[in-house]
Amino acid sequence: MRRNVWLWAASLAVYAFLYVPLAVVVLFSFNDSLLNAQWVGFTTRWYSKLIDNDEMLRAAANSLFIALVASSVATVLGTMAGIAMQRWPHGLTRFLPFLVLTPVAMPEILLGVSLLLFFRQVLDLTLGLFSILVAHITFSLGFVAIIVRARLAGMDESIFEAARDLGASPWRTFRHVTFPLILPGILAGFLMSFTLSIDDFVITFFVAGVGVTTLPLQIYSMIKVAVSPEVNAVSTLLMALTLTLIALASRLAPDTLKGRG
Amino acid sequence: MAILEIRNVTRRFGNLKAVDDVSLSIEAGEFFTLLGPSGCGKTTLLRMIAGFDEPDQGALFLEGRPLAGIPPEKRPVHTVFQSYALFPHMSVAQNIAFPLRMAGKDEDEIRRRLKETLELVHLSDKAQHFPHELSGGQKQRVALARGLINKPRLLLLDEPLGALDAKLREQMEGELIALQREVGITFVFVTHSQQEALALSHRIAVMNEGRIEQVDRPEQIYGYPKNRFVADFIGTINLLPVEVCEATHGHLRLAVAGLGEIIAPALAGVKAGERGMFALRPEQVRVSARHEAQELHNHYHGKVRDYLYLGDVTVYKVELDNGVLLEALLANSAPGRAKFFEIGDTLGVGWRHDSGVYLRD
Repeated sequence: MRRNVWLWAASLAVYAFLYVPLAVVVLFSFNDSLLNAQWVGFTTRWYSKLIDNDEMLRAAANSLFIALVASSVATVLGTMAGIAMQRWPHGLTRFLPFLVLTPVAMPEILLGVSLLLFFRQVLDLTLGLFSILVAHITFSLGFVAIIVRARLAGMDESIFEAARDLGASPWRTFRHVTFPLILPGILAGFLMSFTLSIDDFVITFFVAGVGVTTLPLQIYSMIKVAVSPEVNAVSTLLMALTLTLIALASRLAPDTLKGRG
Repeated sequence: MAILEIRNVTRRFGNLKAVDDVSLSIEAGEFFTLLGPSGCGKTTLLRMIAGFDEPDQGALFLEGRPLAGIPPEKRPVHTVFQSYALFPHMSVAQNIAFPLRMAGKDEDEIRRRLKETLELVHLSDKAQHFPHELSGGQKQRVALARGLINKPRLLLLDEPLGALDAKLREQMEGELIALQREVGITFVFVTHSQQEALALSHRIAVMNEGRIEQVDRPEQIYGYPKNRFVADFIGTINLLPVEVCEATHGHLRLAVAGLGEIIAPALAGVKAGERGMFALRPEQVRVSARHEAQELHNHYHGKVRDYLYLGDVTVYKVELDNGVLLEALLANSAPGRAKFFEIGDTLGVGWRHDSGVYLRD
């Protein structure tokens, strides 16, 4: 019994530590005061102000566009990498997991700086939408690959051979057997990439250049002045979107995103 | 004409010859079994027939046409996998109809043949179920139906009964024989179970270390094993080291150390003076109270050292005067009695002069 009480207390403390700051942001986004100090009254005016904020809307549109394109490309590439990693654990593809997962494990600031150097010094690229897209694809591809591979790893290899054996070409085997079976993993990977992309600040900060702003960059530039309730409102919306996507993803690939890994 | 011709096929994995210069000819309509311990190369051979692997040397011919370079989906050969390999996202009906869809058959034909095939394997009421809702035996039947529906020239079966419990396995053996007879498709069956092989096959190829030791009908394999490996692998057998004293057309005279001379069936090409093994099945050994065995040409005295009650039969371990241990098998015709003899009893032990077989080393 005593043990239980302590366990409960510890869990509560952890959850409080994680979620109280977020709850405060959400709460104050509905606070009828310019200051984040004291609860005055309920309002939704910060949300309506957001709709009139052109800069904010443009940043949001950029973020959505980048997230959509980057996660789509990352999903296609990551799925292929995940399949290759599972199917050919030997030969040249032996190094694939390492190559694909490095960007996942590397500190973001390192990735940001090295991508910046690469774009500017090596490719002599003008920074902007394209460089952000490439950067986002780079770091989300690995997540898709891990999720797809985990999905495949749980399956009996012989069903793919059975499909070939029973008259399906490699492409039709993929279409009728492999793809439907890994689809939940692919979707989960897509949603993960999407959330990673829409939330990303550090890497985007380095490779965005001057012309293009994303939502996290916009929020950052706003709090340089002061944390306005408007920032609370946009953060709340972003949080809601992220949580929804993660919840969806963990439903689709429970073995990868819950518990272990 | 042979439906499948395997000519001098060798397959290496590194230094290991998984399949070593194997030649086989399988007849149309046959239930043919590749039998051997795990690692003997039987599955590698099966994978080369299916098209998942290619020989390093030699060639395979299906109805006279070489199979080299033809991918699995283009071979009129289907496989029933050990794990069944049913598609988990498809219903029983979708699983079974899969080969027909891949072959581009029209919906009418698919519906008609699906119905026939479901009836053939008694699964009509399970058509809309999914694999995870089926029992082991039902999954087995779905895998069989899926392999048979598009009428392949050959159906390969890779230890399909391995995952079933004993009772169900026996029942499926019966169903397999009936099914093969009904559809008339050539079956190539892979197993490590000698009992399955003997029960099901028209012919058996016994494999060991990548080579074929013997190809023959089950009763020939069991009755006249060609060498020590086959004799030992199939069933239980008594092996006595012997030297050939005399070899005539009618019989062999063999000297057994400490036992004297025995008479054994003749074998072509055996010469006096060579050494080998005399192999005798336990059911060929007659044991009885002292004197009855004496009418047999090969007869001795022995003592019961141990026995093993198996229900239908009891196996007695009998020690002959010279210390040779023989296993003898006696049917238990008297119910409620585990044995006719007690440990330590003295017995007459003998066997007919045309029983047993001489094996060259």
